[in-house]
Amino acid sequence: MATVRLSFSPAPVHVRTARLVGVAVARRAGVAEELLDEVRLAIGEACTRAVALHRQYGLTDLVTVEMSDSDSYTVRVIDHGPLEASVGLTKLPPDELADESLTDDALTTGVGFALLAGFVDDLQVRPVEDGSGTEVRMVWPVTRR
Amino acid sequence: MELSLTTRTVAGHTVLEVGGEVDVYTAPRLRERLIELVDAGARDVVVDLERVDFLDSTGLGVLVGALKRLRTAHGTFGLVCAKEPLLKIFRITALDQVFPIFASVEAATERDGSGPAS
Repeated sequence: MATVRLSFSPAPVHVRTARLVGVAVARRAGVAEELLDEVRLAIGEACTRAVALHRQYGLTDLVTVEMSDSDSYTVRVIDHGPLEASVGLTKLPPDELADESLTDDALTTGVGFALLAGFVDDLQVRPVEDGSGTEVRMVWPVTRR
Repeated sequence: MELSLTTRTVAGHTVLEVGGEVDVYTAPRLRERLIELVDAGARDVVVDLERVDFLDSTGLGVLVGALKRLRTAHGTFGLVCAKEPLLKIFRITALDQVFPIFASVEAATERDGSGPAS
């Protein structure tokens, strides 16, 4: 069950709000203080990816962030982009990062995915259960106080 | 915290001091400023990230764009960053192998300090 659910129109300005809420709920859930920077970055990257997908495909649907703290702190970022847009997410090798042929969008997508994979031990990207879209699911351990 | 951008000249280098949060919302302003600097003739550019609280993939993409632009213009491009959380971001993305990264503005602006933008 979601403890907090936030939905926002796919505009870059709202990604910061999602980060702030995500970290506030993480702190409240008992995620270790030293992990909060990583939580902030990972939620930001997942939301940035969702906003970019919605804008790329001209979708006005809201992006949803669900935060739940049952046994661990679980964050789901749900977009409504076509599934094929999420295929081929991969980390770029160093020699391609500054390659002239790599577009800015491709670079940002690759780097964003590298950050998600690098900062979240428990990360899943999967299709949503009903309708079009993908869910980025991230889990962090909590320490009960 | 909002993005802040301040430019100064140190030892013949154009140093752009960035503060606050560089994300999908604010990164376009950083991109515009870097393009303005290069268009105005800056060729040895250092971006000082010491006052940056947050940097995401969009901000990293802007920095790579500036590196490429200066490479094309036969200039140099370096970063100043000594904060471990930011350095970790560069390591995880392997961008620490792409950018010359210095611990201080002094180190970045020494003669030939930032090296060719390649």
